[in-house]
Amino acid sequence: MERTAVRGRLSWLLADVVELIPETPRVKSIRLRVPGWTGHLPGQHVDLRLTAEDGYQAQRSYSIANPPEGENVTITVELVDNGEVSSYVHEELRVGDRIELRGPIGGYFVWEPARGGPLQLVGGGSGLVPLMAMARSLGGAAVPARMLVSARTQEDLIYRQELSRLPTEIPDLRVDYTLTRSQPDGWKGYARRVDRAMLGETTFDSGQNPQIFVCGPTGFVESVATILRELGHPPERIRTERFGPTGG
Amino acid sequence: MTFVSRGFKGRRQVEAAADRVPPGQYVTDDFPVLSAGPTPLILTENWRFTLITEANEELTWNWDEFQQLPHEQVTVDIHCVTKWSKLDTRWEGVSLDTLLAGVKTSARFALAYSHGGYTTNLPLADLTGGKAWVAFNYEGAPLRPEHGGPARLLVPHLYFWKSAKWVQGLRLMDQESPGFWESYGYHIYGDPWKEQRYAGD
Ligand SMILES: Cc1cc2nc3c(=O)[nH]c(=O)nc-3n(C[C@H](O)[C@H](O)[C@H](O)COP(=O)(O)OP(=O)(O)OC[C@H]3O[C@@H](n4cnc5c(N)ncnc54)[C@H](O)[C@@H]3O)c2cc1C
Repeated sequence: MERTAVRGRLSWLLADVVELIPETPRVKSIRLRVPGWTGHLPGQHVDLRLTAEDGYQAQRSYSIANPPEGENVTITVELVDNGEVSSYVHEELRVGDRIELRGPIGGYFVWEPARGGPLQLVGGGSGLVPLMAMARSLGGAAVPARMLVSARTQEDLIYRQELSRLPTEIPDLRVDYTLTRSQPDGWKGYARRVDRAMLGETTFDSGQNPQIFVCGPTGFVESVATILRELGHPPERIRTERFGPTGG
Repeated sequence: MTFVSRGFKGRRQVEAAADRVPPGQYVTDDFPVLSAGPTPLILTENWRFTLITEANEELTWNWDEFQQLPHEQVTVDIHCVTKWSKLDTRWEGVSLDTLLAGVKTSARFALAYSHGGYTTNLPLADLTGGKAWVAFNYEGAPLRPEHGGPARLLVPHLYFWKSAKWVQGLRLMDQESPGFWESYGYHIYGDPWKEQRYAGD
C-alpha cells in the first residue's frame, strides 16, 4: 500500500463540507475536512472538481485561506455571474455534502514564518484569500508584517472582523485599507485605487527588503507590481498571483 | 470515479467546440494573465534572442535581424493549466524550424529562458516540425507586455506555461532539466489532452 502513494502524485480526495461562512453578500468561505490531506503552505491552492450525473466534469482552482491545520482546508469563493463552479458553490452546496479536490498546488507564491520577514501583503478583492492564510500563520512568529487591503465598499471587504482583530493579537502586523467605490461615514482609511503615494505610505520600503506578495484582479496586480518595482523593490522579491479572467 | 456532485448540472461546451477542448478545461473569450512576478518592460532595441547549443555555441538575433526572418501566421487553440482554453487565437512569429535550421545539434531537450528568470523545459522534438514559434504579434497587433511582449514562445500543443513569456533564448541540452513551474510540482511535459497538469499525472 505504501507504494501507491507515489511522491508528487496528486490524487483526488473526497472532502466533507463542514461549515459555510458568509463573508460578504457575494463571498462565502467553505470549511472542508479532507481525509488524506498531507498538509499545505500558506499561499497554495486546490483544484475543485465537480461531476454531473452523466459524467460531465468541471474544475477550478481556489486558494487555501487557512494556515496548515491537519485535515482542515478552508476556501473562500466569490460568486461570479453565471459562473459554472462558483454559482454551484454558492447556490447548491450544503453542509454534509462532499466535494472532490486535490492539492496542495503551487510552490512559488508561498510563505511560512520560517522564511522570516519583513512580510508585505497587498490584496484586492478575493485576492485577499491566499494572503489571509499567510497572515493567519503569523501567530507569535515576531515577523514584521504589513498588509494593504483594497475592496470596493466596506460591505465587500472579506474577513472584515478578523482583519480588524488580527493586529491587536499580532503586534507585529499592521493592516491598512482602501475602499475604492464608497466609504461609510467616519471612514479613516484610504478612499481611492491603490497608487504610488499609498504604497509609499503603507508598505515597507525597499531598504527593508521585504518579501512581497500581491494578489487580486489582473489590473490591480499589474499596477501594484509595477509601482513596487518603481519604488525600488527587486522583481524577484515581488511574487504575484492573478485570479484571471480580466477580473473584477 | 463514480462520485457525483449532488445537484451539479454544469454548463456544457458548445457542441462544435467539445472535441477541441481538452479534459478539465473550459472555453473563455477572455485572455487571462498569469505570471509569477511583475511584468518586465523590454524595449525592442534591447531585445535579443539567443540559441545556445550543447557545445556552448551561440547564435543571436537582435530585433531587426529577427524581423528579417520569414514570418508565419498561425491560428491555434491554447490551453492554460489554470483550466481556461481559448480557441482560434491568431499569432504571427518566426517558426522554431527557421531558427534552428542552421544549428548543428544532437541535443534532445531545450530549456527556454526569459527576462525575469523564468524557465521552462521542452523536448526539442516538440519545438520542431511546425509546432512552435517565437511570436511577437497577437490578433494583428504587437504582443502586449503582460502577455509576454515583445516576444514569447508559442507551443500551443502543450499547456500554456510552456509558451514562455518574454523569451530571451533557448538552451539546447542532452539531458532534461526542469524549468520554473516544473520544479514546483507541475508536469515535466504538460500534454493537455492527457491532462498532465502536475507531476505524476
Ligand atoms: C491559482 C488560482 C487561485 C484562485 N483562487 C480563488 C479564490 O481563492 N477565490 C475565488 O473566488 N476565485 C479564485 N480563483 C478563480 C477561480 O478559479 C474561478 O476562475 C472563479 O471562481 C470563476 O469560476 P466559475 O466557474 O464560477 O466561472 P466561469 O464559468 O469560469 O466564468 C463565467 C464568466 O465569468 C467570467 N469570470 C470568471 N472569473 C471571473 C472573475 N474572477 N471576475 C470576473 N469575471 C470572471 C468569465 O470570463 C466567464 O465569462 C482562483 C484562480 C486561480 C487560477
